[in-house]
Amino acid sequence: MKPSAPLAASRSYIEGETKRSRAIVTPEGIAIPTVVASRSARVGALMLDLLILSLALFVFDLLLDLLAGGVWRGARTEPLGQTSAVLELLYVIGAIVGFAAWYAYFLAQELGPRGATLGKRILGIRVAARNGGRLTPEAVIARNLLRDVEIFYPIAFMFFTLRLSLMGEVSSGLLWAAMIWFLLFALFPFFNKDALRAGDIIAGTWVVEAPKTKLADAMSAQGAATIEGSSELTGVRYQFGEAELSVYGEHELQTLERMLRDGNDEALFAVHETICRKIGWDPGAGDERAFLEAFYTQLRARLENDMRFGKRKADKFS
Amino acid sequence: MKAPKVIGSLGAFFGRAALSAPADIESAALRSDRFRLEREGDWRRLEDIVARMERGGLRRVDDEDLLALPTLYRTAASSLSVARETSLDLATLRYLEGLVQRAWFQVYGPRKGMSGWLRDFFLGGWSRAVQALWLDICIALFVMVAGAVTGWALVNHDREWFYRLVDERMAQGRVPGASRESLEATLAVEQETSGLSAFAASLFSNNAGVCIMAFALGFAFGIPSLLLLVQNMALLGALVWVFGSVGLGYQLGGWLSIHGTTELFGILLSGAAGLHIGRSMAFPGTASLLDAASAAGRRAAVVMLGVVIMMIVAALLEAFPRQLVEGAMDRYLIGGFFLVFWVSYFFLLRVPEPDSHAARNADAIGVET
Repeated sequence: MKPSAPLAASRSYIEGETKRSRAIVTPEGIAIPTVVASRSARVGALMLDLLILSLALFVFDLLLDLLAGGVWRGARTEPLGQTSAVLELLYVIGAIVGFAAWYAYFLAQELGPRGATLGKRILGIRVAARNGGRLTPEAVIARNLLRDVEIFYPIAFMFFTLRLSLMGEVSSGLLWAAMIWFLLFALFPFFNKDALRAGDIIAGTWVVEAPKTKLADAMSAQGAATIEGSSELTGVRYQFGEAELSVYGEHELQTLERMLRDGNDEALFAVHETICRKIGWDPGAGDERAFLEAFYTQLRARLENDMRFGKRKADKFS
Repeated sequence: MKAPKVIGSLGAFFGRAALSAPADIESAALRSDRFRLEREGDWRRLEDIVARMERGGLRRVDDEDLLALPTLYRTAASSLSVARETSLDLATLRYLEGLVQRAWFQVYGPRKGMSGWLRDFFLGGWSRAVQALWLDICIALFVMVAGAVTGWALVNHDREWFYRLVDERMAQGRVPGASRESLEATLAVEQETSGLSAFAASLFSNNAGVCIMAFALGFAFGIPSLLLLVQNMALLGALVWVFGSVGLGYQLGGWLSIHGTTELFGILLSGAAGLHIGRSMAFPGTASLLDAASAAGRRAAVVMLGVVIMMIVAALLEAFPRQLVEGAMDRYLIGGFFLVFWVSYFFLLRVPEPDSHAARNADAIGVET
């Protein structure tokens, strides 16, 4: 059954998503579906943030070095005390900027209206309060302070003990302790369903997907799907009877909708053939799109009509 | 089917409903698509306002749009609940879900900006958070005193303990049996003033790091936080013994107190903050574990922001006055002044939370899974 392959493939796609979906209930009483960000997206976002941050700090350090070099060369004409004071100032600026950048980068961006750092924005995720309330500065501070202990201290500790144990100064037990520390927090998100890291638990936050969906065209206002619509190619108006429309349910309808929107001709041919065979029509060729648009609209009209009377048909099996 | 009509006319009332409504509403075959085409203009306007707010906060949104925002948000939210019952158009449902979520983040977004929050933080928020941690502060203080006494007693009992507590490279000659002169020299002022600000900067990043660690280790039920406090204070106790044994205890006190009152207070607070989280996780009371942890975590985070500020002050004190001010009495005065300042700021300043009622309401919004 090759033709049904696209339908089967997209089904698993839909069901794969439901594992991470949750609902936030707004004060208006509307459940907004929210998808918990995948763990890989979060790791990716952190990597991107670190890349951006270290690149920026590297460029800043380079500029500072250039400045210091200039001061050093100028030292031949200036009195020595003055030169060292300037160099010291540059060092202080470097140290403070390094510390401030490290925390301010995450804090300022996650407190902004988007609730996400640059890396998170690129990957389409954001921080939100877990209880559906507001994301407060306290929460953002808490989750970012804990990141150090979760990732950076254990990694630094690991390298430190690795170096010492290679030099034979400490036993390998300390190295194991460092690795356990690192793994404990790194694997933490894998042991709860919302992929919370320790900082999220302390802060009462979670990271969710923040999709920016564009409004697609209305299906029944175009082509063969409109009221008086007919095929542009043949001028035929497809009409389906009660028996033909009762074969499929909502799941198939929405799969068909996505395929029509994607507009992949090969997939449309296959679906056209499957549907024709299922409803006992003779599959022709060349006018697949008009056929499917008409079928989609009439199936949806039927299912939506039933819906108003409280009758729903989830898929072709029900 | 009355609700959507009312909302549609509400949108028209605000004047922008017909903004970009497509002309072919009548040609749409499906009732649900006509429903959507009629409201599309409002949705797009909301999307536009939300996008502008996301880019630059409220500055990019004019008054007219800002007034319309709550109405547009409710329109979209009610469109979503109607569409869920009447439409099978997956793309439109997904769009509305995304739009309502984005608008919700903006409508129920932070009430005040960072500057407003910081003002509240300095004018009472910080003290409030510290006061809320009073029990943890008492425990941490007890542990710190006990740690210092233990360190002193251990070295008093057997000098060898000193070398176990203190890394010899760190001690820089401050070891048991050192002569009074050499110990006195370590307490003296610097003759050379250059290099002190660099010293302050490195002190700050080091101390702030230790404090953040003491806080974050509270996650493991607070025990590592306490251990860190004991270890640091035992070191101090050992140092006191070394100086006390040659009669320099009073001078050492001055040398330490000038910045130590601020620094040790900061360490005390960060240990207490860590302990607060650990304690709330071990004994969550009637709240769920996650709720208790996050409530404690947010309180502790406020304290920690304050600790970072205290560490900046402490590093400045350590680098400049300590190295430049001679005479134990002057040093005690400076240190004592800061101790009095912190204690009165934290425990005498009592400002009630400005909008606790609104905050409680916001917390009442639940999450369904």
